[in-house]
Amino acid sequence: MPEKKEYKVIGTRPIRHDGVDKVTGRALYGADFHTAGLLHGRVLRSPHAHARILSIDTSRAEAYPGVKAIVTAKDLPDAADKVADLGEGAVHLKYLCDNILASDKALYKGHAIAAVAATNAHIAEEACALIDVAYEVLPPVLEVRQAMEPAAPLLHETLKTGSLGETAEEPSNVASHLQHKKGDIEAGFAEADVIIEREFVTGTVHQGYIEPHNATALYNPDGQLTVWCSTQGAFTVREQLTEILQYPISKIKVVPMEIGGGFGGKINVYVEPVAALLAKKTGKPVKVLMNRADVFEGTGPTPASFIRVKMGATKDGKLTAAQTHLAFEAGAYPGSPVGAGAMCIFAPYDIANVLIDGYDVVVNKPKSAPYRAPGATNAAFGSETVIDELAKELNIDALEFRIMNGAKEGVKRADGPVFPRIGFIESVEAAKQHPHYTSPNGKKHHGRGVASGFWFNIGLASSVSISVNPDGTINLVEGSTDIGGTRASIAMQAAEVLGIPAESVNPSVVDTNSVGYTAVTGGSRTTFATGYAAYEAAQDVKRQLIARAAKLWEVDEEDVQFADGEFSCINGKEAQLSFHDLSARLGETGGPVVGSAAVNPPGAGGAFATHIVDLEVDEDTGKVQILRYTATQDAGKAIHPSYVEGQIQGGVVQGIGWALNEEYIYNAEGTMTNASFLDYRIPTCLDLPMIDTVIVEVPNPGHPYGVRGVGEVPIVPPPAAIANAIYDAIGIRMTELPMSPDRMLKAMGKI
Amino acid sequence: MPHVAIPSLMRNLTAGREHVTVPGNTVREVIDNLEHRYPGVKARLCEEGRIKPGIAVYIDGILTTREGLRERLDADAEIHFLPAISGGIGE
Amino acid sequence: MARKTHVQTQINGDSVEFLCEARQSLLEVLRDELQLTGAKEGCNNGNCGACSVILDGRLVNSCLVLGVETGGKVVETVEGLAAPDRLHPIQDAFLENAALQCGICTPGFLMSAKALLDNNPNPTEPEVRYWLAGNLCRCTGYDKIVRAVLDAAAAM
Ligand code: FES
Ligand code: FES
Repeated sequence: MPEKKEYKVIGTRPIRHDGVDKVTGRALYGADFHTAGLLHGRVLRSPHAHARILSIDTSRAEAYPGVKAIVTAKDLPDAADKVADLGEGAVHLKYLCDNILASDKALYKGHAIAAVAATNAHIAEEACALIDVAYEVLPPVLEVRQAMEPAAPLLHETLKTGSLGETAEEPSNVASHLQHKKGDIEAGFAEADVIIEREFVTGTVHQGYIEPHNATALYNPDGQLTVWCSTQGAFTVREQLTEILQYPISKIKVVPMEIGGGFGGKINVYVEPVAALLAKKTGKPVKVLMNRADVFEGTGPTPASFIRVKMGATKDGKLTAAQTHLAFEAGAYPGSPVGAGAMCIFAPYDIANVLIDGYDVVVNKPKSAPYRAPGATNAAFGSETVIDELAKELNIDALEFRIMNGAKEGVKRADGPVFPRIGFIESVEAAKQHPHYTSPNGKKHHGRGVASGFWFNIGLASSVSISVNPDGTINLVEGSTDIGGTRASIAMQAAEVLGIPAESVNPSVVDTNSVGYTAVTGGSRTTFATGYAAYEAAQDVKRQLIARAAKLWEVDEEDVQFADGEFSCINGKEAQLSFHDLSARLGETGGPVVGSAAVNPPGAGGAFATHIVDLEVDEDTGKVQILRYTATQDAGKAIHPSYVEGQIQGGVVQGIGWALNEEYIYNAEGTMTNASFLDYRIPTCLDLPMIDTVIVEVPNPGHPYGVRGVGEVPIVPPPAAIANAIYDAIGIRMTELPMSPDRMLKAMGKI
Repeated sequence: MPHVAIPSLMRNLTAGREHVTVPGNTVREVIDNLEHRYPGVKARLCEEGRIKPGIAVYIDGILTTREGLRERLDADAEIHFLPAISGGIGE
Repeated sequence: MARKTHVQTQINGDSVEFLCEARQSLLEVLRDELQLTGAKEGCNNGNCGACSVILDGRLVNSCLVLGVETGGKVVETVEGLAAPDRLHPIQDAFLENAALQCGICTPGFLMSAKALLDNNPNPTEPEVRYWLAGNLCRCTGYDKIVRAVLDAAAAM
């Protein structure tokens, strides 16, 4: 158990190491990569949401001046019936390959069909228009409940519902059914004095990173494939490439460029294998960039969902039962985050009787990709609205109600695991005491709402190596893409161990040939797990330096102590050396010191958040204006508080966008009609107030400094908090996301 | 002896029992012994000598890998078989 | 091959000549012809501000300006913001305030903020929010960006 300790580096706010590069425009992102002889690729995409591909004729395009190569699914190895093992999960290789370039069917508008490499991007684009594809257009399935109907058109003729190892007889769009059961749900509802049951619908939303996907690939004549791209995990890209291309992993090097946002959407590969195929055909480096419409239509949205929640409580405010039906759109291929939603939905509460059913359902939309606490936001919109309604019904303060029923250490979740030390109650208490919550709120059409959220966080593998420089600084090599200041938060953990300033660490994020395996920057794991690896690598350095000091002083290693950046002799001999001075003497004591560590820490430690929002509803336009926002969150231990605040603020604002504006709008043919940043409206700074944050620190017993992942959970509460505030303002329960002006006007009976 | 929490969707094989205690030093032995008592369990959990894709094994609340059959167990370990979380990784 | 036009312009204080096709945007010219990749492409249709540069003192989305239009004009990009030996106060304020996470929007915000402060050295918070509304950031929630711009104004 990490004790409350005074730290020298941890908890301070140094300038991030990559900061100057990023404010001077020097940092190289994927699209900035340039090399001699570069060709440019463009992808041709399906104009239909559901269609059989009858033929593809590339001859006209091939003859177009400037075109160097064209690829289709035929250029991918045969994937039938193979299972691709991607480390963290296994998937059907055919699904993986078909999403890169469709083989037999186009399953969503924007599905990649073919790609062209040409001397410039304009030519490649023009050539795409010359590829003749014959389609047999099929009726699309665009909504989860419709897709679950037995008579619905099937996306995959061979897909049958799996329920934990058992497979159904008949094909269906329901890829899987999962269930978690705790206690006796009937008895739980029988005990309740108040029962609320409601249905919720959430729209398809996009991660909305500002940088489109990109990849440049080069095949050397010796078969070495190098791919430069913006990704959340270079090793994950390497794993996917080796499976999709059926190419040896040792011949693939992935170089992670700087990344312009990911939020879960830059884990799956899209253009990386396409660039590789084009590079192989041409023998030249090929760069493939998506445009914004490609990003919306061809990459991971997070799914729309239909959710039913039923919860019961006694008169004195004890939750006795909770039941939910979660149906999530997976998009074109199985794999929605319904499992994660099912894990999170009732996790903040200690409820004796729970029944959770989840369904993963394919529809004719892009294959869904993770998005910040995937699945948890959809789920919490339902559960946290019902919790609010119960509290109102019982006349109990909404935060007090959460404290009365809040999960603590030792409580068993419905899906099995028992909570270690967690900070849910603390996050709610912090909100309850916040001046925001205690301030008056009474103006007409102004409302205040609260909601909480949970995300379990993940650990997974990380590797770090550290070498000591003669001037008392260290070079730290890591494999975690830095999306939001993790070079700093990882470097700071090594600096703390070695008693040196954060500025004395030079962190670099390197390619897959240059560091041990490191899983994605995702699951709120980076500061936790790669930070853990940095801590261990620094401990390794420390041990080696102790041995060096012992050698210099001709004493036993046990007689050397290291504290506050100073090595000292504790056997009576007067000897002392700072980290800095000992570093200068490595040459005479045996040469360089390099420490390393590879970890896979299990105790990621879940994260909880509680949010308060004040807003105003414009009765004439239906527009909801956020007036004030406060987010409390258990961060375990905030390594660099500015970036913890930043994660919270960013998550909150994405949640606000999801709540109020963002959604894919489809026409009957299954075409997204708002595939631009003008029409798919993410929040701008004019839409928002400052976002207040309160960092609560309940140390995670699974990390030496008590770190919990912080990146994801802040997106979970906003939609429910805002819906609850709208109810407070106008007395109407909103059960559909987004709560856009048109839906608000409809709910108010104005249109 | 290790405790196994039987997932609700498999309780048709265990006559509705939620918790079962079976001997075994590894996950593989536990599954073999479960199969002995409740035929059909193994086919639901394993294929080709590995845990099925789509199934996650938790030992004492901690997720193991697909090679989890080899995992050694403490005498009073608690094992959960759950649907594997796909799409479960965000930022 | 499409015909190319010879264009002479001034970028970050240097006189620059380039050849470009009529259809190439200023953003494309900066990034692909001149290797000034500080300006980013987020949307290529004027909706994200990642490509913001200052053209003859006016803030523009360089993806909406044609390269050929810049003949005889003065272009300022993020690469020209810092002095050789020190950062511009806006850059310092962004670093001090942790006003960037992934950083892809940062060059655009820096140029927008510069254009604002060139015109209005003491903006209020609503003025900052109004002025920066054409720049999208998906990471930060804007809180620290707005504070950074207000801090920079105070420091300048
Ligand atoms: S790239 Fe120019 S505004 Fe988005
Ligand atoms: S810092 Fe990532 S978009 Fe602004």
